[in-house]
This record gives sequence, structure tokens and C-alpha cells, in this order.
Amino acid sequence: MADVALTSDAAEPLEKAQRRRWGFAARMRQHAGMLGGLALFLALYLFYQANHPRGFTGQILIQNANEAFALALVSMAQTVPVLMAGLDLSVGAVMTLVGCIASHLVNGSPADIAFGIVICIASGAVCGFANGCVVVYGRIQPIIATLATSAIYMGFALILRPTPGGKVHEDLSWAVTSDVREFAATFGLFSDGEALWLQPFAWIPVPLILLALIILLVWVPFTRSVTGRTVYAIGSAEGAAYMSGLPINRAKLAAFTLAGLFAGLGGLFLALQTSSGNADIPQAGAYTLNSIAAVVIGGTSLVGGSGSAIGSVIGALVLRTISFNFRIFDVAPLLQPLFEGLVLLAAVSLGGLKLLRLKNKLEVFR
Amino acid sequence: MEPAPFFALENVSKRYGGVHALRDVDFACSRGSIHAVLGENGAGKSTLMKIMAGVVQPDEGRMTLEGTPVMFPGPAAANRAGIVCIFQELSLMPELTVADNITLSSPPRRFGLIDGRAQRRRSEELLARVGCEDIDPSARVADLPLSRRQMVEIAKALGRDPKLLILDEATSALTAADVDLVYRMLFDLKARGLSILYISHRMHEIEALADRCSVFRNGRHIETFTKGMRSRDEIIGLMIGREIEGQFPPKPERPRPAPFIEIRDLSWESRLNGVTLEAGRGEIVGLGGLDGQGQKELLLALFGVLRGVRGTVTVEGRTMAMSSPRTAKSGRAHMALVPEDRKSEGLILSMSIADNLAMASLDRLAHGPFLSARRTRAVVQEAIEQLRIKIGDARDPVATLSGGNQQKVVIAKWLATGPDVVLLNDPTRGIDVGTKQELYRLMRELADAGACILFYSTDYEELIGCCDRVCVMYDGRIVRALEGEAINERNLIASALNIVGQREPAHG
Amino acid sequence: MTPALQGFRLKPDDKPVIFAAGFVLLILLVGTGYTVLTQGSAPLLQPQYLLQQLQVGSFLGIVAAGLMLVILLGHIDLSVPWTLTAAAMMATAVGGPWAIPVGLGIGLLVGIVNGLGVAYLRVPSMIFTLGMNAVMRGLMVAHTGGFAPQTAATDLMQYLAVARIGGVIPVALLVWLAVSALVVVILTRTTLGRAIYAIGNRERAAYLSGIDTNRVILIAFALSGAAAGLAGVLLAGYSTKAYQGMGDPYLLPAIAAVVIGGTNILGGRGRYLGTLVGVILIVLLNSVLSIMQMPEAGRQIIYGTVIISMLLVYGRGERVTG
Repeated sequence: MADVALTSDAAEPLEKAQRRRWGFAARMRQHAGMLGGLALFLALYLFYQANHPRGFTGQILIQNANEAFALALVSMAQTVPVLMAGLDLSVGAVMTLVGCIASHLVNGSPADIAFGIVICIASGAVCGFANGCVVVYGRIQPIIATLATSAIYMGFALILRPTPGGKVHEDLSWAVTSDVREFAATFGLFSDGEALWLQPFAWIPVPLILLALIILLVWVPFTRSVTGRTVYAIGSAEGAAYMSGLPINRAKLAAFTLAGLFAGLGGLFLALQTSSGNADIPQAGAYTLNSIAAVVIGGTSLVGGSGSAIGSVIGALVLRTISFNFRIFDVAPLLQPLFEGLVLLAAVSLGGLKLLRLKNKLEVFR
Repeated sequence: MEPAPFFALENVSKRYGGVHALRDVDFACSRGSIHAVLGENGAGKSTLMKIMAGVVQPDEGRMTLEGTPVMFPGPAAANRAGIVCIFQELSLMPELTVADNITLSSPPRRFGLIDGRAQRRRSEELLARVGCEDIDPSARVADLPLSRRQMVEIAKALGRDPKLLILDEATSALTAADVDLVYRMLFDLKARGLSILYISHRMHEIEALADRCSVFRNGRHIETFTKGMRSRDEIIGLMIGREIEGQFPPKPERPRPAPFIEIRDLSWESRLNGVTLEAGRGEIVGLGGLDGQGQKELLLALFGVLRGVRGTVTVEGRTMAMSSPRTAKSGRAHMALVPEDRKSEGLILSMSIADNLAMASLDRLAHGPFLSARRTRAVVQEAIEQLRIKIGDARDPVATLSGGNQQKVVIAKWLATGPDVVLLNDPTRGIDVGTKQELYRLMRELADAGACILFYSTDYEELIGCCDRVCVMYDGRIVRALEGEAINERNLIASALNIVGQREPAHG
Repeated sequence: MTPALQGFRLKPDDKPVIFAAGFVLLILLVGTGYTVLTQGSAPLLQPQYLLQQLQVGSFLGIVAAGLMLVILLGHIDLSVPWTLTAAAMMATAVGGPWAIPVGLGIGLLVGIVNGLGVAYLRVPSMIFTLGMNAVMRGLMVAHTGGFAPQTAATDLMQYLAVARIGGVIPVALLVWLAVSALVVVILTRTTLGRAIYAIGNRERAAYLSGIDTNRVILIAFALSGAAAGLAGVLLAGYSTKAYQGMGDPYLLPAIAAVVIGGTNILGGRGRYLGTLVGVILIVLLNSVLSIMQMPEAGRQIIYGTVIISMLLVYGRGERVTG
């Protein structure tokens, strides 16, 4: 860039345009991981739809969205501690706990339901905040702190629901797991869903709308806030962040609270979707581990400092689409877990191949 | 006539465990002046800076700002008071962009959220003030070379609107061109009335910049004097507390030995473009030139750290593979590398001194898979004595040692392997004068004992004082080889800038 | 590498061991108090009972021993559950004199693949071993058709797991002690052990000191896999057959035992004695909770609280000061 020493004003716009292009290319490279995940998802999903025996229908899309929502949200939850170079092993447990709470509270009159939903959201946040307190004030490593708290949250979930059961408001359950038209029809909105201006959007599954809303109203403002940027700074260079006077403790607490909030939202939806609360330890563990895989596939680095919850959502979609694909092909059901495992291994190993091309081996170590 | 102090410390003391980092220090600096702080490592300079910047709190004493007593519970409070510190270890977030980093602590906001465009504008302003308009604010810091990162760090400090600016070895990573930019900026700031504190080990920088100098030793403030009042030797004497004899050990007069290691046409990526050089036993060969011309990469390539290196390296006639540090160390070349960053590459700070000393010799100290405790103890003891490393207990973590002693541990670790070729990557950076002299002497002893030494240094005086030959690198190749009398500052600088036409005989 | 100490020095690494041991005693006291009050007896203090617990605990202990090596490096091995199960299933399937070597071999093989992925492909260990776990599960599901295998454990496997020397000392305990001795020797007396600690503290510096870090990582994962395989073989001997999901209850308690024992989850620090005590702590905690007939909910909560409490005492990191 320094080969021409331009000093005249006429040359200024040229440099600026050049720099803007350079900046765009650089930004594309910065998000390479997430874009890769997106490409993978689109490829897999189109493949799935193309080969689906019943062809592409709105019903299939709704079903897919329903199955993916909880994992997407739990993966968003996992993203936040990972950005700080940590890990939250309790996201599955928080999801389960809030689901069990929902199975008790989210029924009855509209006031009861509203109250129940508020309590659910608050519980998720409180669990996350508790995690944050153990990490910040206890100064215990996140991975082991959340390992312990996950047991505690599962214990509470088991107290609430020793056996699967409970009840959620049926209409609500139906509405959030359908498309926009059904949602409107269930609650008598927008001329029962037949309003003209609604039609272009009527086919969109409600879970996708909710996901978009959560990303736009919660995640994006978070990344643009000082607390959000501090989270990235902590993952990048915690010592330097402290020396720069950034509010480290506040950011860590906020990060874990946000993670708990997202996990709780996932649990709330799961309860609505299954119409019950299920304190299933293996299921919670599976969600937690899958969320980690989703985060990695979505391009967020496990060493912290870079990545996005949007990438993790894409990663979750990739994981779910893989299992959708297995369903429609005549893969012997016995071989499905094997293929899932192999694909998972391949997907995360691809990221590792990049390191093989590193020319200075010292760059391999952090 | 002494200007009124802007910031003053009175009777300040700070202890770490049983060690006094600062003892009863009175210190003051004024506005509109550049005040240099000198001292060996362990003299207390860094602690002084940290106390002024609010990173640590003094155990005793008080600080006043323009006459009013102040106390800083943390760096944020010091920043609010207008005190900004640029540390040697950068405070940048590698994964964030330049703009994010520059406006990190107080970004421009809109509706409570960070305003990206305003942030970018402010960054461009500040980068221009430091003379670095060519840095793109949306670039990731991790993608910038070290020198540029340091400039971003300085721009970031300016953005905090400092009244007192502290630079702690802030120019150690800069290219010569960037150092000039920093000088210009500092004079400009001084003219605007800022108070500037400058810590450096580089005499010529201090002579160029400082109005006043303070010397610290062993945690005490020894003396403050205005520029020019003391000679270099006197200053060094104040720092070490004893008279210094000649700084460099004498170079032996002997004919150039037969080559032991021959490097032919070494190339790697775009950083090394056909390096050819040879060195014999008993020779100290220096690598000169501007920063970033491939000197570090050459050393790394020889040590087997780089992948895809082309060219050949032969030792005593037989070709050597450069596949890993392990083969470099144990292969026929018996190489040793003292790396660039002793804290993250040369040492394992959390492990003990003894463990670090034995780290490169584990194979030789073992019977089969089992480590011999007796042999290890002997090697550790010998290393400590040979290099006169000042320690309390060999089982203490090596992090408790001063910078100079830490570097001694790194070197001792490698000497214990009995190397034939010793690669030194800027070994005296950030080291106090006393230890530097010991290292120079050690290098000469090693060479006399038959080792072949490749010595990369950013300090001309070292190259002139220590080396039998100097190979100046430019753009990844050797452009000039100087020997004997021809090793002088003018030739070094001329070759570094690749100025052809200064025809001086290569042989003295 | 500490040579014989001239003066006794309490290192920071000793603190967790002492605390964990103290907590073990506390658990024994509380449990005994409970049984004395409710049943009028103190089964917890009976040697037979304790030996029985240690026998069951040896399976966890062997897993924790291998896992510790990997954690010391700063990595983690999440493939333990299905490596264990696969080793058990294949051992019982093969039967005869080859049963135990096959089981161990499976564990070793999985460990080597893990090591290759983590060291050479540089895939984060959490992710790679997670994937391997899924692959092993897939292989076993395909192999067994999803049912519990009908083949039984060989006599030797049962002997190792169930028999007692002189009717008193469980052979399984001796196996655990042998594994422990091996790990202690590796960590304190070999170059491999020094290298493990060095890499766990700072791999970059270890690499530049000429240590073959990739090989060390490979070996550590191989040993962890082999340990899981051994545990699987023994567990199959104990239950006389292998069954689906037999490895699942071992992963998190093993991690907890290693961490409670003072090993830093980020690597570089920890003594094996701590892991040993940690395993005993977890096993005793489990048995006391069983005696109290604590429901699963209570167990989980107590489990989590114990881990946090212990770490609050000695597992705390330093304040970040830049």
C-alpha cells in the first residue's frame, strides 16, 4: 500500500475506495468460518429437500423448524462463554430445568400463562447469573464450575418432574409450533390469519420468526454494547482487557446470564413443543455436547475472541439437517448413529486441516 | 530552575512478598517535558509505572497530582485523572479490529450502543496523529505486523486524552521508520504541554529525547539530572552502582576458520529469498539490517520451526534436515535457539527454575525412559554456578526471577545441551546493562570453546562490539558481509538501507 | 523432579490432596453418624464394606488415572464412555484367551486415533473426542443391533473384577493399584512425565526446547484410551456381560475426581495422589447417598455442591491483574 505516496486531494477518494474494498475482503475473511458453515447448511438442506419423498411442503419446513429451535437456542447460549475462551456445560441442564418449570406454570388463564413465561425466562437468567457468580467470585474455571452447577440444576429439575409429565396450554403449544397463519388464527389476530398484507409471510414457521426476533432484539444489540465488546475482548486478551480498564466482572456475569437466558428460552419452547416437562439427564447432556459441536461448526473459535451466535445457529441447523437427511434415506436405522458420528467428526476435522497448511509451526500453539 | 511538578510521589514503597520493589521513593515529573527513567531490571521502574498507572497500589507513601493527593484503585481511575500508560506488553485484543481497539475503553455511543461509524472516524483521526494513515481501521489487529500493532497501541493511548503519558519500552518492537514517527509525536506532545515519562534501555533514544533523567537502582531513586549533565559512563555507573570496564570483551585476532555450517540459497515464503552464508567454529556471526528483513525467520528456519523451506544447510559437509526443533537439537548440528520472547517461548514461567534448566536436556539426563534425579541435580547446579544466576531456591518458579536472570536461565538451559551452533534471537532485549555484559562475555567464551554463534541483534553497538563478522540482511537475503574494521555504524546503516555506492573495503 | 527434599516443604500442590482427604473423612463421619442414628450400626467403618466400595471404585479409578494424563496436557477425553463400552462388548464377543487383549487393544486404538486427531490435525480435543465417542457408539449399535450383547465375559475377566485374594483383597483393587503405580512412575520419574507437565503449562516453550510435543500428546491419549478399555474389560467381568450405555456413568465422575484431586483443568499442575483421593471421595459419597436412600434429585444437587465447595477452598484461580 505504501508504494505510491499520494498527496493530492484528487488521489484521496481513490485511496479510500481502495481501502474500502480491502476492508470488505478482510471482513469476508474474518467471517470465513461462519460463511463456510452457512454453505454447508444450504448444501445439506437443499439436498434434503430435493430428495424428500413428499417433496417440499410447508409442513416439512415447520416440522424442521420445530426440531431445530431448541438446539439453535442452546447453541446461542453456548456461544457466549466460548467467546470468553470458556465453556458452559450446564446449558442442557438449564434448558431442562426451565422446561420442567414451564410444564408446571405455562397453563391456565392468559395471566397465568404470561406469568409462567416470565418466570421461565427469569429462571434461565437466574441460573446463568448463578453460573457467572461461581466463575467470577469463586474464581473457578467455567468448565468445571458449570459441570457442577449442571448437576445442581438437573437435581432441581428432577424435583420438579421426577417423571415426565405436566401440561402446557394447548393453543399456545399449537400456535408456536406452526406457521404464522396458524398462529394468527389461533389467537384471532389479523383477521384470523387471512389478512392480505400477511400473506407473503404466512407460511413462515413461527420458530423461525422467534429466532430472528431473538437474534435481532437481544444478540445484535449485545454485540454492539460495551459489555458485549468486553466479552470479545476478554476472550481475545483478558489481561490486556483488565489493563484497559474494561469492566471484566460485569461482562462475565452478563455473558453467563445471557447464556442462561437463551438456554431457558430453548427449554421453554421445548416444553411447549412436547407439551411436557422431562428431566432427562442423557438428553440434557446430548444437548450440551451438541451445542459445543454447533458452536465449532458455526465458526466460533474455542480459544475465544471471535465468532458469533448467528454462526452457532447455523451450526445447529447443520447438525439437525444431517439427522433429517438420515431419516429420508434408506439408511439402516442401526447405522444412523455411526454415520452421524462420522459426519460430526469430519465436519470438525475440516477446520483442523486449515492448520496443516500453516507454514510457521509456532502459530499452531497459542 | 525546576518547573513545578505535575505528578509527584512521596515516600512511596511497594513490597512483593519479602522483596522491596520500591523503597522510600520520592519522584516528580513536570508538564511540557520528556522525563527519562533509567535503571536495570529489578530497579523498580516497572513498579513505579504500574503504581502511577493505577495497576497496583503502593504499600506506603502518597501521590499528588498538581498538588492534590490522589489514589488510584485501578487503571480506570488513573485514566480518568489523565494518566495513560503504554506498556511493553501490548494491551491490544488481537481478534478485534483496529478501530475497536483504539476506542476500547470509551467508544462513541448512539442510543446506548457503540456507533461504528463514529468509531472509525475517531480511529482515522488518531492514526493520522501518529503518522499512520495507511493502517485500515477495520483490519484485525492480529493481521498486522508487530511494529504496526505498537503504533496502534500508541494511537489508542493518545485517544485517552492523556495529561501524563508513560511509555514503558514502547519502542522496542518498532521499525526505525516508526521510531522516527514516535519521536516526532513525542516532541509535538511535549510542545502541547504533556508530561511524558519514558523508560528505555536504549541510550541513544534517551539522549535524543529526554530533558531530564532519573536513575533507579534496587528500588531506590538515585538521582535526577537534566540532559547533558552526566556522561554515558557516569549514567551507567549510577545504574549499576559500580564502575564499568570496557563494555565488550576483546575480540580475538585469528584467521577466519573453516566453515562449520553452510547455508545455501535458503528460501521460505516471501520472507527468505536465497540466503547464503557460512560460519565456522569459534566465530560470532551477527545478523544485521533493519527489522523484519528475515533475520528472525532465518533463525527459525535453521531450527526447524518453519515448513516448506527450500535450500540446503550442511554441517561439516553433510546435509541437515530442518524438520523440527527436536532434530535440530539432537541431530548432527547440535543447535540451540534462544527465542525472541523469553516469557512465552524460552521459559515455562509457572515451572521451577530447576525444571526449566533441565527442559532441553531431558533425553541426556535419562536412563531409558527414566529421568535420573542425581544427574539432573548436577546439571542444574552447574548451570546456576556457571552463569551466576541469582536465585533463592531452585524449586521456586522461574517467574520470580528478574528479566536478566530469566534470560540467563534460558541460555543456561541450552548450554547444558553442549551445542555446536547457538542461534540467538535478540537475546539482550529488555535486559539490564549488567546482565548484558555478562552475556557478551559468555558468548565470547562459548565461541572460544568451539561453538559457532549466529547472533541477531537490533542494537548496532552490540553487533559492532561482539561480532567477528556481520551479515546484513535486506528483503530476505544477505546484501553485505562485513568483517573486522569494516564493522562500523556507517557501513551497517548503509547496507541495511541497501545503499549501493558506498564502496568501502569489506576486509579491514 | 524434586529430588529428596532437604527440608520439608508444603507445596501448593499438596493442599488439595489434604483437603480432599479431609473431606473423605468428613463423609465417613457424616455417613456413620447417619447409620448409627437410623440403624444403630456403622457399616461404613467395616473393612469389608470399605473394600467392597474400593472394588467398585477401581473401575472409576482406572478411568480417572488415564484421564488425568490427558487433562494434565490441557486437553480432555470425552470418548471414554463408548471406548469403555466398545472394549467391553468386543472382549465379550471375542471370548477366550484373546478377550482381554482385544479389549485393551480397542481402547489403545481409539486413544491413538484421538491422539492423531488432536496432535497432528490440531482439532480441539473436546470436539474430536466427542466425535470419536459418537463414532464408537455408532459402531457398537451397528454391531450389536441395538440390543445388549448376549455373550458373556470370560472367566479371567470375571476373576480380575470379582475375585478376592485370600477372600479379602479384591483383585480389581490390585489392578487399580498397579495402574496407579504406573501413572505415578510416569509422572514423577520419566521424561514423558516432565514433558507432559511442560506441555500442559506452555506447549510453545516445550516445543522450542526440543520436546516432540505431538508424540507426547499421542502417547497420553493412547494411555487414556487403554485405561478406558481396561476399565471396560473389568466392568464386563464384574457384571458378567457388557451392556449398552455401561460407560456413560463414568465420564463426569472421573473428570470430577481428577479436578477435586487438585489437577488444574487447564493442565500443567496436579499430583496423582490427589486423583486417587478424589476417586475415593466420589465413591464414598455415592455409597453414603445410597445408604441414605437419597433420590436421584438429591444426589445430583449434593454432587454439584460438593464439587463447587471443594474448588472454592483450593481450586480458585488468581485475580486477573494483567
